[in-house]
Amino acid sequence: MLNNAPVLPLLILLGTGILIPLVAVKLRRLVYPLALTAVLAAAGISVYNAVNVIHSGPVYYKFGGWFSPIGIEYVLDPLSAFITAVINGIAFLVLIHAYKLVDSELPAHKHPPYYALALLMLCGYNGIVLTGDFFNLYVFLEISSLALYGLIAVGDRKSPIAAFRYLIIGTVGGCFYLLGTGFLYMSTGSLNMADVKAILPILGTQPVVIASLVLMVIGFGIKMALFPLHGWLPDAYTYAPSATSSLMAPIGIKIGAYGLIRIFFFVFGIRFVTQLFPLATVIAWLSVAAIIYGSLMAIAQDELKRMLAYSSISQIGYIGLGIGLANAYGILGAVLHILNHGLMKACLFLVAGNLRTRLGHTYISRWDDSVRQKMPWTMAAFVVGAMAMIGIPPTVGFFSKWYLALASVASKNWIFLAVILLSSLLNAVYFFRIIERVYMKPISGSARKKQPEAAAERQEVCGSMLVPTLVLGGALLLVGLLNVVIVKGILTKILPPGF
Amino acid sequence: MLDFILGHYAYWFILVLLVIGLYGMLLKKNLVKKVIGMSIFQSAVILFFVAGASKWNATVPILESPEGAVDPSRYINPLPHTLMLTAIVVGVATMGVAFALIIMIYRRYHTLDESALVEKMKDDVE
Repeated sequence: MLNNAPVLPLLILLGTGILIPLVAVKLRRLVYPLALTAVLAAAGISVYNAVNVIHSGPVYYKFGGWFSPIGIEYVLDPLSAFITAVINGIAFLVLIHAYKLVDSELPAHKHPPYYALALLMLCGYNGIVLTGDFFNLYVFLEISSLALYGLIAVGDRKSPIAAFRYLIIGTVGGCFYLLGTGFLYMSTGSLNMADVKAILPILGTQPVVIASLVLMVIGFGIKMALFPLHGWLPDAYTYAPSATSSLMAPIGIKIGAYGLIRIFFFVFGIRFVTQLFPLATVIAWLSVAAIIYGSLMAIAQDELKRMLAYSSISQIGYIGLGIGLANAYGILGAVLHILNHGLMKACLFLVAGNLRTRLGHTYISRWDDSVRQKMPWTMAAFVVGAMAMIGIPPTVGFFSKWYLALASVASKNWIFLAVILLSSLLNAVYFFRIIERVYMKPISGSARKKQPEAAAERQEVCGSMLVPTLVLGGALLLVGLLNVVIVKGILTKILPPGF
Repeated sequence: MLDFILGHYAYWFILVLLVIGLYGMLLKKNLVKKVIGMSIFQSAVILFFVAGASKWNATVPILESPEGAVDPSRYINPLPHTLMLTAIVVGVATMGVAFALIIMIYRRYHTLDESALVEKMKDDVE
């Protein structure tokens, strides 16, 4: 049983995802507990795997006992173990929160397929992270994307259009990745990542190899919504049901970033992407553009979910910048930011979900002090999340920016350093305007006339929604305080050989 | 130069298909035509793999005689074909989802034209 631990999270999620529609025929009540248990089990096993791998080195799991260049190999190294633990952990918290949201936003007959798709999407994400085979990665990419299109399309009236646009762009991305895999297979004769890594130095900088790298990067770039390829993201986040946006915002785009780290530093190697064919520099400059563009667009938005979507584009820029700088601090910063941004965005999207449940909308311009009086705890979590996004010290956001700043200094690129500082200011602009509104703006209109003195009535959301929000808010502070432990204990082991 | 073009004619053909597919997906206004473009694009990728597997004077990968050493140059590489079976299934599933979404869009907006849709989305009450 424990020998199979590397693939168990994946298989549990896949099996339960398929089982749910069958269970729903007779016992619809059981669907949600089943889904939650599966994700909890997956999260538990991934954390167990991560601890194991950090202590005793990577595990190579051979599917069906076939040896690695021939069969499909699953690689549980510190990077993939860490990312699966992050994905499944955050997904568990979001799924607890999702119960009431799904209940209020979707009709009852849509609940079982919704949870089934959510589990299939998570299965796809786990597979992308764990697999050591290029074609297997493509299959999981498509599994997760197809499930995600469905999860988006059950939202409000405009959601099918957002889902359709994402489907078209996502398919282009998937096909580009597949084409890149084809080029790589035809030049190296292998689909196994470790095998390809060993063969690539012999080929040098042949045009085929460069073409395959570029095609794969475009494919992952679309999945991670890197700046010029981000077009699908704002609509998809805004019109999707709140439960979907809080599930895909923290972990969805990180998968593309993970793919980029994997092929850049673990397959093609640091020397190829920085010296032989300096694609890393291109990624770094695109990320800088993403950081500025995302922040500026976020300032202009009036709807909270759309604002968070643009801020995601800007935050994925930080991860891209760390990858593009391609030094030890940069990769540490990028991987740390995958965790940190996952926690921040999950926290903020859960807040958006809470607000939608109680207020029925998330338009920032309609808020005033009454929001804070109605939902003090939710808004407290929002403030912590906003502080983390800006990067105020005890919260997590500061530390990922700190490592990225160190990386910029180490590579003597002062423009990147200036951009990191500037973007913190821009983040402050778009979060403080909300905080100011919620804590300072007096209650206006009819509510005040009725009760001139008394505070607005408490309307905090119920426990199953509030607890995950607060846990994530607390995690933002706790992970920030413990960041030395995480970086020294886990992340330094992630660095690929050669640092 | 002429040899380069003629010798790779299958790949030039695939390149043309890829461009047609991309054009259909990104520039056509009608959603169904976008799906057609997507299908052409996926087929081009599939043909690319299959074309890469073929070789001259080779046959289907079934061993001719069970004994003796196997000469791999006599058989077509079967791996890309098996990979593409999976890719075809993925393509069919994607197309199914795309048509399901198109039906949803048509029921809500009674049009499949992109520019008309943008107009109607603006009119939607927030």
